[in-house]
Amino acid sequence: MELEYFFELFLGGLVKGSIYALIALGYTMVYGVVELINFAHGEIYMLGAYTALIVASVLTVLGFPQLAIVVMAGLAAIIWASAYGYTVEKVAYKPLRKAPRLSPLISAIGMSIFLQNYVLLAQTDKFLPFPELIPEFEFWEPYSHIIGSPSLMILVSTVIIMMLLTYIIKYTTMGKAMRATAQDRTMAMLVGISVNKVISFTFVIGSSLAAVGGVLVASQMGQINFYIGFMAGIKAFTAAVLGGIGSIPGAVLGGLVLGMTESLATGYISSDYEDVFAFALLVLILIFRPAGLLGRNTTQKV
Amino acid sequence: MKRFHTSLTATVMSVLFALCLTAGQVFAADTIKLGVAGAHSGDLASYGLPTVNAAKFVVADINAAGGVLGKQVELIIEDDVCKPEVATSTATKLVTSGVDIVLGHICSGATKAAMGIYHGAGLVCISPSATAPDLTLSGDYPNFFRTIAHDKVQAELQVKFVIEKLGAKKIAILHDKGDYGKGAASLAKQFVEANPNAEVVLFEGVTSGSVSFGPIVQKVKRSRADAVIWGGYHSDASKIIRQMNKKKMKAFFVGADGLKDETFIKVAGKDAEGVYVSGPMDYSKNPLAIKAKEQHKKAYGDDPGAFYLEAYAATLAILNAVEKAGSTEYDAVVKALMTEYVETPLGKIRFDEKGDPIGVGFTMYQVRKGQFVELN
Amino acid sequence: MDTGIPMFKLSEIKKSLVVALWFIFLTFPIMVIKVNTIENFIAWRWRNMFMIGICSFVISLVWRYFQENEASGQRILSLFTQIPLVKRLKGMSVSERPTQDGVIRESNPMIQRIFYTLLIVMALLFPFVNDYQTTILTTALMYVILGLGLNIAVGLAGLLHLGYVAFYAVGAYTYAILNMHYGVGFWVALPLGGLLATLFGIALGIPVLRLRGDYLAIVTLGFGEITRITLENWDALTQGPSGIAQIPKPGLFGMELTTQQGIMYVYYLAVALAILTVFCTYRLQNSRIGRALMAMREDEIASQAMGINIARTKLTAFALSASFAGMAGVLFAAKTGFINPQSFTFMESAIILSIVVLGGMGSILGVIIGALILILLPEYLREVGNYRMLLFGASMVIMMIFRPQGIISNVRKVYKIDQGGQK
Repeated sequence: MELEYFFELFLGGLVKGSIYALIALGYTMVYGVVELINFAHGEIYMLGAYTALIVASVLTVLGFPQLAIVVMAGLAAIIWASAYGYTVEKVAYKPLRKAPRLSPLISAIGMSIFLQNYVLLAQTDKFLPFPELIPEFEFWEPYSHIIGSPSLMILVSTVIIMMLLTYIIKYTTMGKAMRATAQDRTMAMLVGISVNKVISFTFVIGSSLAAVGGVLVASQMGQINFYIGFMAGIKAFTAAVLGGIGSIPGAVLGGLVLGMTESLATGYISSDYEDVFAFALLVLILIFRPAGLLGRNTTQKV
Repeated sequence: MKRFHTSLTATVMSVLFALCLTAGQVFAADTIKLGVAGAHSGDLASYGLPTVNAAKFVVADINAAGGVLGKQVELIIEDDVCKPEVATSTATKLVTSGVDIVLGHICSGATKAAMGIYHGAGLVCISPSATAPDLTLSGDYPNFFRTIAHDKVQAELQVKFVIEKLGAKKIAILHDKGDYGKGAASLAKQFVEANPNAEVVLFEGVTSGSVSFGPIVQKVKRSRADAVIWGGYHSDASKIIRQMNKKKMKAFFVGADGLKDETFIKVAGKDAEGVYVSGPMDYSKNPLAIKAKEQHKKAYGDDPGAFYLEAYAATLAILNAVEKAGSTEYDAVVKALMTEYVETPLGKIRFDEKGDPIGVGFTMYQVRKGQFVELN
Repeated sequence: MDTGIPMFKLSEIKKSLVVALWFIFLTFPIMVIKVNTIENFIAWRWRNMFMIGICSFVISLVWRYFQENEASGQRILSLFTQIPLVKRLKGMSVSERPTQDGVIRESNPMIQRIFYTLLIVMALLFPFVNDYQTTILTTALMYVILGLGLNIAVGLAGLLHLGYVAFYAVGAYTYAILNMHYGVGFWVALPLGGLLATLFGIALGIPVLRLRGDYLAIVTLGFGEITRITLENWDALTQGPSGIAQIPKPGLFGMELTTQQGIMYVYYLAVALAILTVFCTYRLQNSRIGRALMAMREDEIASQAMGINIARTKLTAFALSASFAGMAGVLFAAKTGFINPQSFTFMESAIILSIVVLGGMGSILGVIIGALILILLPEYLREVGNYRMLLFGASMVIMMIFRPQGIISNVRKVYKIDQGGQK
């Protein structure tokens, strides 16, 4: 019984952690390149999920088959979330490239408030049911009491996306350009990298990851409203920092550690203080590793 | 130097001028001004906006029929985001703009913060949704009335039902750590503890809006509870119930009026089946309630949302009291509220000397085939 | 192009058309289609599409016009700063601002004195206007105190702090709890709240001494959340989320005050406390500690080499900035009369930080203006109803774009030695 209980909590933490990780991946990527805490990332996540809901509802009315709905809703979410990410960058962050470091942060907070209220006004204040886009897979039926297929889907997607991102950043030309931009923007420009394009690309990728996360989580939760991005954003940010912000495997590790801590704290102590434990762990880890779990500890130069 | 003075003088003059204008507006009172305060933006907006709609419909009807005391009723709508500190500004703003009576606020915390200001100005307030018991029971807020029964009535009913009707011995109580949810849950805990036939095996708050409730559901399962009493709103509840059903747990799920909302059934879908909910008595047969719902459906195309009928009733009750009192004067209105019965979507109601409604009660429902079915 | 009539090239119109089309595409699902999966209906609002198209076209065209005509654009943008009063204010904020020839401009003490007197008279007479204006101005003044306090950590010491609201909460709860259990009055609670918040500041400071930049930001954010969650859960002490009600207004020699007088009294207290804060932070800037903070902000290692004790300086920054939040918290509890953890969320910290950055980091006058704008703006935006927060968010972005350095950017002091005769 005791061991089984631990195992179940462990799995619960794994699921929760991979949700955090999924959103944190986009966060950390944007941060890695432009060093900006993109507070509007949570809102992009929400917009992605909302777009999927809208497209899915329209297609359902038009009588499309289930599979087509899932694919098209997912694609639409990715397309529109990327478009929003791209636009937000162009409108709110690009004019602030040369500004003091905190200015884009405030702009991001403003953007986050704006996007929330934009959806509130254009759509509704109510919670809406979100269709179960991910069905219960039949082959998974015997294990579904341990971990449901939507959760499994999230877990698998996180791993795949992590590998994909690592590949893009390590081996493609664009990835190299991204790394160069992250290291030294002026230098990157001098060697002929179009920094604007690189940053736009980063935002597009980061936002489409947010959209994937949004659709998966919303369909697991079964509901959505304009406010879901806020909490997810904060937690993902925490996860990204925990793992070492800017590091792709770090975001996943950070997410998992965070989810696991919350799960075990809930199971063995109390969920009243769930977040307290999460943040206390964060402080502890940062005391011993001030750049996060997998972050590189740069020595400061005078 | 000289330009500096000129510009300053100009500024001062224009400020003074603007003030005279606003002052002039305040005293030109040939309408009855009904302030409507509540959360109209932010995460709790969905609990405040239906009240605004209700007030608009009622006032439109009454104005079309000649108004109150021969005067037209004017709505002054202000947002408080359900935050106490904003609520004080909201309240002062309403008082300054010369409202005669107030419909609101929505959240208990914001209500408590605002009530002192209304009291100082001699205004009566009526809330459709603030259920904290001490708002009426403590006697600290004499100008406060509400069209919803307080949490204590509800918690007692729930606990009695869970223990006597459902025969639960081990009860887990969860809440969302919020003002409303934790308050309701703590009251339920008190009632369970007072009952020798049952025990509280788990009392915990969950993080509202969390992306996964797996771990806490696991903990409930381990506690072998026969029933879960939930204090909070429906969004978190439907996520928890969904998790419980996935784990094939058999425990009864019992919620309070935060779940007694069509949205809950629609959002939770088939997971809502079998959930027990305490809520205001069934008004679906009441002609006024039917009318109120239809008005909303006609104007917005969907069902009204939380506390809509309560707000509708509150608007009717307070305007009726003004009519019967013959003025908007504090003592007269309070007396009318306590003595005069009024027909509302909630039935025929008046208020007791503490401000709680008489004729409004709670009853238990179960969700069956996507409907709230009243249990006897 | 000084004719004043905007002339557009064809290419500009084309570009704006592209922008308009982009926004139509972008906002299509959210603005045009309205779904309600509860009622299973879908509404198509084509009108919105045209609105968005036209609006974005016009905005884009105007934007382009300003960009093309950099000079005239600048002129319009700087119109605000040309208003004599503002100019004068700017002159005063950095009275040592060097003029073009490098000579430090003497600001006329006479004008300053007249101006301050007028300001104080206006501040004193203000409550006779009306209660609502007084209430919101009191709130704004509390945020002036908070902004100036946070400015010590963020603006002077360069420590990005996202959990500042925790200290505010400590102050508010100090008064509320002490009053509830022991009947402690406002005047005793005020210094106690400040003191307790200071201790909290030090307690936060110790574990984060090694952290920099965004890592510091997330830990402070966590600290703020931990404080709020503790307040929510520690029922025995704080009454949890249902909060503490009936907190008395500050006493005035035992006199009974009506609600209206109470509002005025709290306002005057806020004015006094704000003036005190301005005075303290002003003196701090030019003190030994202030200089040490700024040196640390510029370069930690270099300042260490110059003999500044980094650990102590950081703790001082946290402690000082916390103490003001503590006092503001006590005042907040007294003003509202009811507090619960809902008032101390992360969003609150974000707003206070926005005040500092928007006003201009390190500039006292900037922070004051920032606080007035950010707190009064949503209040005056009440007229637009539901669009209030939408416009609030948008104006934060727009203000940042137009004045990335903040409304009043802190000009670094320039000391120039007059090399005799060599002009």
